[in-house]
Amino acid sequence: MSRQPYIRPVSKTTWYMRNGRYRKYMLREVTCLLVGVYSFLTIWVLATLASGSPESWNALLASQQTPAMIGFHAFALIYFLIYQSFDWFKLAPKAMPVQLGEKKLPDRYIIIAHYVAWAVVSLFVFWLAGVI
Amino acid sequence: MSMRQMELEVLRYDPEQDEAPRFQNYSVPCVDDWAILDALNYVKENIDTTLAYRWSCHMMVCGSCGMMVNGEPSLTCKTFIRDLPDHVRIEPLENFPIERDLVVVLDDVMEKLRMAKPFIIRKDPPPEDQEFTQSRAALYKFKQYTMCVNCMCCYAACPQYALDSSFIGPAVLALAHRYNLDSRDQGKAERLNLLADHDGVWECSFVGACSEVCPKSVDPAAAVQQMKIDGAKEWWKQKLGGGKS
Amino acid sequence: MAIAKKAFVWGLFAAGGTVTAFVFPVLIALFLIVALGNVPEGLQFENIHAFATNWLGKAALFIVISLSLWHAAHRLRVVFHDFGVRMDKAVANAVYLVALIGTVMTAFYLYQI
Repeated sequence: MSRQPYIRPVSKTTWYMRNGRYRKYMLREVTCLLVGVYSFLTIWVLATLASGSPESWNALLASQQTPAMIGFHAFALIYFLIYQSFDWFKLAPKAMPVQLGEKKLPDRYIIIAHYVAWAVVSLFVFWLAGVI
Repeated sequence: MSMRQMELEVLRYDPEQDEAPRFQNYSVPCVDDWAILDALNYVKENIDTTLAYRWSCHMMVCGSCGMMVNGEPSLTCKTFIRDLPDHVRIEPLENFPIERDLVVVLDDVMEKLRMAKPFIIRKDPPPEDQEFTQSRAALYKFKQYTMCVNCMCCYAACPQYALDSSFIGPAVLALAHRYNLDSRDQGKAERLNLLADHDGVWECSFVGACSEVCPKSVDPAAAVQQMKIDGAKEWWKQKLGGGKS
Repeated sequence: MAIAKKAFVWGLFAAGGTVTAFVFPVLIALFLIVALGNVPEGLQFENIHAFATNWLGKAALFIVISLSLWHAAHRLRVVFHDFGVRMDKAVANAVYLVALIGTVMTAFYLYQI
């Protein structure tokens, strides 16, 4: 009896199209591009502040007030919330199990705690910014 | 109890005759509360005795009957036809070489199991006069990770293992974590030096597919994430403490 | 066998991910609010300049931006791998270099404010 194990080929570039689980994973991972973009946008904000002039600051604010930027920020906000923040909160209980006596704290309490913390942080920043 | 006609599309591969796998169709009269394994057994007994596949306990404790059922890694004794459409495609577990028909070569993972050092490691001697007691709370801390039956469905689901089979993988890491969490064990650093090295925990990108398909709810994804945190902490400890522990 | 250096970058990635998950939505929301034409009080030049002059503000901005950069860098490295690009060492050096540049720029501008 001769052995000849058959190795099924896996595409290194399109494997994630195979099922919904993998596709959602890729959609989650590419949020890093948004993180990069907004990190550098914020650095640009700092650079403008460092220049010290209210004129350049107002110019920066004005540069955001185009339909394209509105669309981009709105898309980024929704995409980021769904595929980064909410996914991160959903996965957090796996990394931080809490045992109370003999029972494990159900995941949903940890997830809810994350949502509450997120709401508190967001409201705080909105308050700092004078939005509320 | 009533009957249901199922159409099975089963992958066949004869290493002595075939260049590549092919599919063969079987029409199987099933009783409606059967598992898909029962359908396969019907095929083997009544239609085609040449079909090769692994199975044993038929009760989700041996881990032998893992296969792809309509593209999903499953224990065929736990996958019931009432949850399946009439047409079912059955293939061997993904990401493993096919030995013959539905039988895969599991050598790679069998080798890796020993990397988990799946035994209690002690630095101090055990207590002399008494038994080595462990409270129920301490047991429940790691109990879920003891439930693994080595069915390898998690490896079939893991895309990182699919892309690079040098990745140690979910089941082995979950097994190591079981011992790291055991209050009797003192070998965490020793295991981490092995498993938090290259091809270890860092190759996991938390896709989470392993935990979704695990038939015993072991949640290997959680074990790996916790090991990453342990690994990161241990890295700092070694850098700041100087030298390996 | 020893714990790989990846432990360190992963730590930054995890910390950065936590920070971005909590802080970035409101940050993006502020950009959106400004874009919609409504510049709130706190984002007027004097106020935000005062915030960034304050050492607590500087610390918060630095931590948020640099951790987010390292998070994005490490994740992008994994994304390249997932998309089939196999030059991991080159990709790693490139993304971490960009994160380092961003971190230095952040520190530089914060120092200047």
